[in-house]
Order: sequence, then C-alpha cells, then structure tokens
Amino acid sequence: MIADLNFGDGADVGTGDTIFTLLAGTIALGYMGYHLGRRWALAAQGGGAVLHSRPHQYGWYVTSWGVVPALLVAVAAAFIQLFGWANLVEASILVTAGAVAVVGMWWGRRTLRPGLRARNALDLLVRRFLLCAALISILTTLGIILSILFESIRFFGTVSVWEFITGTTWAPGSSFLESAGRGDESASDASFGAVPLFAGTFMITIIAMMVALPIGLLSAIYMAEYASSRIRGIAKPTLEVLAGIPTVVYGFFAAVYVAPFVVDSAGLFGLDASYNSALAAGLVMGVMIIPFISSLSDDVINSVPDAMREGSYALGTTRAETIRQVLLPAAAPGIISAFLLAVSRALGETMIVVMAAGMRANMTWNPLEGMTTVTVRIVAALTGDTSFDSAETLSAFALGLALFIITLGLNLVSTIMIRRFKQKYGG
Amino acid sequence: MNEEKTGADGAGDKLTADARLQRRHRAERRFRGVCIGALGLAGAFLVLFLGSMVVAALPAFTQTEVKVEVDFTNPDQAWRAIDPELNSIVSRGVTRVLPNRLENNPELAGKRFEEWVLAKAEIDQFRKGKGSLDEEVRERVERFEEAGRFRYTFNHWLFTEGDSKLPEMAGLKAAIVGSIYVLALTLAFAFPIGVLSAIYLEEFAPDNRFTQAVEININNLAAVPSILFGLLGLAIMINFFGVPRSSAIAGGLTLGLMTLPIVIISTRAALRAVPHSIREGALAMGATRWQTVRDHVLPMSLPGILTGTIIGLAQAMGETAPLLLIGMVAYIPDVPGSVTDAATVMPAQIYSWASMPQQAFVERTAAAILVLLTVLIALNATAVYLRRRFERRW
Repeated sequence: MIADLNFGDGADVGTGDTIFTLLAGTIALGYMGYHLGRRWALAAQGGGAVLHSRPHQYGWYVTSWGVVPALLVAVAAAFIQLFGWANLVEASILVTAGAVAVVGMWWGRRTLRPGLRARNALDLLVRRFLLCAALISILTTLGIILSILFESIRFFGTVSVWEFITGTTWAPGSSFLESAGRGDESASDASFGAVPLFAGTFMITIIAMMVALPIGLLSAIYMAEYASSRIRGIAKPTLEVLAGIPTVVYGFFAAVYVAPFVVDSAGLFGLDASYNSALAAGLVMGVMIIPFISSLSDDVINSVPDAMREGSYALGTTRAETIRQVLLPAAAPGIISAFLLAVSRALGETMIVVMAAGMRANMTWNPLEGMTTVTVRIVAALTGDTSFDSAETLSAFALGLALFIITLGLNLVSTIMIRRFKQKYGG
Repeated sequence: MNEEKTGADGAGDKLTADARLQRRHRAERRFRGVCIGALGLAGAFLVLFLGSMVVAALPAFTQTEVKVEVDFTNPDQAWRAIDPELNSIVSRGVTRVLPNRLENNPELAGKRFEEWVLAKAEIDQFRKGKGSLDEEVRERVERFEEAGRFRYTFNHWLFTEGDSKLPEMAGLKAAIVGSIYVLALTLAFAFPIGVLSAIYLEEFAPDNRFTQAVEININNLAAVPSILFGLLGLAIMINFFGVPRSSAIAGGLTLGLMTLPIVIISTRAALRAVPHSIREGALAMGATRWQTVRDHVLPMSLPGILTGTIIGLAQAMGETAPLLLIGMVAYIPDVPGSVTDAATVMPAQIYSWASMPQQAFVERTAAAILVLLTVLIALNATAVYLRRRFERRW
C-alpha cells in the first residue's frame, strides 16, 4: 500500500532536513524580498512619488510573490511523492522551489509602481489564506466520511448489507482464519449480524438516559427557577466538573466500584448479575450525561421570556404549576434538542463501555446480563492481532459508518429544533 | 333563607378552596423538594466519586522499603549481593540491576553495607492490609517488621519511572512526557488553524450557501463521537499518509482534528463579542480589514480565545478512545525521544493499568487518575481565571 512510503523510513531520512532547509531558505529569501520592495518604496517616496500603500506593504508584496509559489511547489512535490506518481530527488525539489521563489520575487519587484495597490493585494492574499484554514474542517469531515465509507464498501463486498442490518449473531471470531488463507475451513462460521450490538448500545443508552434525564432536567429547573444566585454560582460549576472528568476515569469507577455494587445488590434480591452488566455501564454513563442535559436545559429555560412567567403568576398559579404548565411546554423543543444531543453522546461513548460492559454480543432484555456495544466491537476489532484486511477489522469501519449516520441524524434534528426554539423566543 | 344558604355554600366553597390551595402548596413544596433532591443527588455522586478516588489513591503515594545488606565483596557474584533468600521480599527491579550497579560504580567493589531498597508490591499491599501472603513469606515479613526493617517512604517511583510489569516499579514518567508531546502537537495544530478559520468565518466570509455549509459542518464535527476520529486517524493518517503508528505525532494530529471545532466555535464567540464600533472606527481610519482584525479585534478577543483553547486542550488531554485505535495504548515503558517514537499518554496509561490483574495496580490506577484530575482541574481553573480577569463587557 501507500503506507510503504513511510515518512520515517530509511529511504527518506532527509525529509526532516529537507523541510528545515526549505523553511530556512524561504524565510531568508522572503526577508531579502521584503528589503527589495521596501527600499524601492522608500527611494520612490524620497524621489517625490506618491505611493498608494505604506512602504513595508510593498516589501510584503514582493515577499509574497516569492514565498507563496515556492511553498506551493513544495506542497505539490510532497503530494507527488506521497501518491507515488514519481520519485523526486529532494535536492531537486529544493532547487526548483528556490528558483521559483527568485523568479517570483524578480517579477514582483519588476511590477512595483507608485500606483500599485499593494495593501489591497495583501488583504486579498490574507483572505485566501484564511479561507484555506477554514477548509481544513471541511477536509476533516470529508476524511472521516471517505475513510469510513471506503473501508465499509470493502466490508460489504464480503458481507451483505442485509445480513449486517438484520443478522442476530455477531461472531467474527473465525475471520482471522480467512485472512490467514484458510478461509474455506471456517468461512461459514464468521457472521456479522449487528443487531445484538445495537441492542446492547440502545439498552445502555436507555439506562443512561433514565438516570440523566430526570436528574439533569430537575437540577436545571431548580437552578433556573428556584436557586438564589449564590447557590447557582456553586451548583453550576460543580455540575460542570462532572462533564470535565475523563471518560476513562468513569470507566474505572464503573468497573471497580459500580459493577461489584450491582452484583451485590442483585444478590440481595436473589438475582444473578454479571460483573459486566449493562446496568453498571448505563448508570455511570447516565451520571456522565447529567451535565449535558442540565446545562443545555438551564440555558433553554432561562431564555423563555419572563413575560410568560409573570402572566402565569398573575393568574394565581404556584411556581411548580407555572413550570409544569407554562415553562416546560414552551421550552420543550430546546429540552428535546438537549436530550437528542445527549443520546448521540451516549451512543458514541467508548471508554465506559469498553471497561465496564461485556465483549460478547448478547441480545436480552435483562440489564443485569453482560451486553456489548458498537463502540466496544470497534475497539476490539482494531486492537486485536488481526491483519488490516481481515473482515473483522473492516467490520469496525462498517460499525463506525452506522454510528456516524445515527449520531449525525440526531445532531441535525437537534440543531433544527434548537433553531426553531430560538426563532420563537429570540434566545 | 337564600342568603343563608349562599353563605353556608360560600363557607363550604372557601373551605374546599382552602384545602385545594393547601394541596397545591404541598405539591409546590414537593416539586421543589424533588428538584433539590435531583441536584443533591448529582452533587452527592461527585463527592462519592472524588472521595472514593482519593481514598483509593492515597495509599499509592507511600511505598514500602526494606532494609537489606548489600554485599559486593565478591564482584563476580554481584547478582547475589542481596541474599537470594530475600527474593520473596525485595523487588526484582532492585536485584536484577545489581551487576549493572557495580559496573557503573566500581568503587563499590569489596564493600558491604546496609541499605533501604524497594520491597515487592505484594509485601507492600500486605502491609497496607490488602491481599495475603504465603505462610513462609508472612512469617519472614512479621520478623522483619519486628526488627524494624520496613518503612514507608514517599512513592517517588510513581513520577520518576516509566511503565513496568512490576507494580512497585510502575510509574507515570513516560506517560506524562508523552502527554506533553501530544498536547503540544495538538495545540500547534488546532490553535493556529482554528483561530484562522474562525477569523475567516466571522470577519471575512460572505453570507452564502458555502459559508453556511461550513458552519453546519463545524457544529456537527464538534458532536461527532470521538472514536470516529480514531478511525480517521487510523485510515487516513497511518495507512494513507504513513505517519508512524503509536507515535506522538499521530496522536497529536488526531486529537488536533478533534479539538479544532472547539477552538473555532469558542474563537467565533470571542470575536463576536467585540463591538462593531471598534471595527468601524479602524476602518474609518483607513485600515484594511486584515489590519482591523490583526490590530484591534484579535487582541481584544484574545482572553476569550485562550479560554476556549484551554478548555479544548483539557478535553483532548482526557481523551482515550481515538488513541486506542491508533495504537497509543500499549506497553511503552520508555520516555519518547521524538514525536515519531512510540508514546503513550496519561489516560491511556490509566486504561492499561486498570486492566492489569495485580491488586497493587488498583491503587496506582487511582493515583494516576488523581494526578490527571489535578492537572485537568488546574487547566480549567486557569481558563476560568482568564475569563474572569480579562473579560470585558461593552
């Protein structure tokens, strides 16, 4: 694969040096260009010419004519190298870039006229540069979509989409034999039915939301409607600490404290619970989600206009009645949007379930049993010893695609709902 | 008659009205109580959580040392300078380096002296009241205890050693250095690109379809599950661009892409908070738009930008899932020498210690968590301080 053209490979020892020489060279040349331009401008000014821009702007103008083409040459060369279209000698890249810079600056210097709008040209250049920076986020999204999509397509070449969506057994265990060239021995054993994984994911998410929604929403109501500003000043940051705790820490807590607690408590009722129970993972995930719900709902409830509260109080209602019958219905779109965001967060959560939930695909309604999730299987597939082309490894990307589609959908609906709410109340 | 009836009825009405009002007030108090209860529950969990972490972590900050006789009188037998009978008590990390030690310090040859050395983790755990020992070893430990040959010292190994399979020698140094490398790269990538993108979107971009698409895209990117960034890092960076697996640069770039939307969103909020009159004033003086941004808008919004960046970095620092996929959760005992060396980070170290079977790793994991939480709280406190100190309202 293309990975053979490794940056760190012995064949490319000089890459770091090349980049360094290139940068040092461009800076030196650029500095020269700056002086050329500025000296011309100062001389012209001394000769009585009226310049459109300030002298240093002419300096920058000449510099950009040299530096920008040189860097473009370097980037183009890097890509040619990377895609393996041609094997370029690094010295030749340096020479080409240097030559382009010198020619560019010579041209820039030649075009200098007192009426030249160097300032406007620079502004345009900066604007283009900023646009390129903004495009990186688009490229990231594209990168995520393409990387997941390509590998998923390869996966669906061996496993049918229908089996993936409706199959009820997830047993990739024997697929490593296929990749070892002994596929026919056990080809029929590997099955990739994702239903139990999604069942586990949704089970844990439901448990988490059953914890987070009431606690988060009621806390938000208390902070927005009842609490004095002093209590609010303490409670809000405290809840935010919960959001700042790394998920791996929650995972440790779930595995070491909550899971045994669940087993013991179930034992009191004569029930048999697994140490990898969905309940333990779900409870801790619920605590992690509380601050998302509370802070988003708090904002939403606060942006319901006071006139609605006062109108309701004027009719003689108590605070609780106002909250339940006026504020909550008004804030509902915002609260639903917070809820959807939280669900999307819970679906994609990885560390808690990797550490506290099970590895085995299991379809059950019993939260005391071990269940596995989509994210757990992604991690399991990519951290094992299987080769990159095995069906199990590729299945991680198919699961990733499913996760991406679901969370993207939830986020979009959530965005639309919060926008509606803001349009209505000008929040 | 009529009047009386009405009066009686009125009293009855009033009575039921009073009862109804009381019922409504009771409901009000009940609702309020439930709300306080919910908030209290969340707070109680935080206290329980932090409390149990501290209680579990505290023992890890002391470590048992044992006084032994080191005998280098026979330099050929340096490997048995500490009586091999004590192998059940003295850490293997001490005994296996004895020959090396003599080689590096030739003046020790022929000397015989007493010294405090690191004890095995099992002994340490036993003395802390956890775990059990074999009959024979326990008797020896009790004898040593009576002879005063054990002591607790501050567990400096936790900070001066890299990861190890021996619990008593396992430390966080490699992970701390790795975290610094990765975060420096994350910052170097996400901060300039994030700020520049935000400046473009907020100050320059025309309001058209394309800009709206970029905005929606950035908001969605901030909500994409972090593990998908791991898939991106694996497929694009490692397999396509050939960045070395497990390296700090792979981790830094992956986390950088993840932090980018956070930096962009908070920078935009900070830029938006600068009033328009400032921009118009600068433009009226003949500045170009870039000069306006560079000389006026950016310096004024810098505290807000820094606050957002620190919060993004704190988030990146606690992130584990994407690093799991690019191979940064592995047994990496050595401090990385460069950004292309295999490295691990604090949360990854916590994850690998949490999955170790030995009892002694439980308290070390908790101690590592405490160290990580302290750093994170310090980062967030800095962010809050910056915001309070430099926030300007117009």
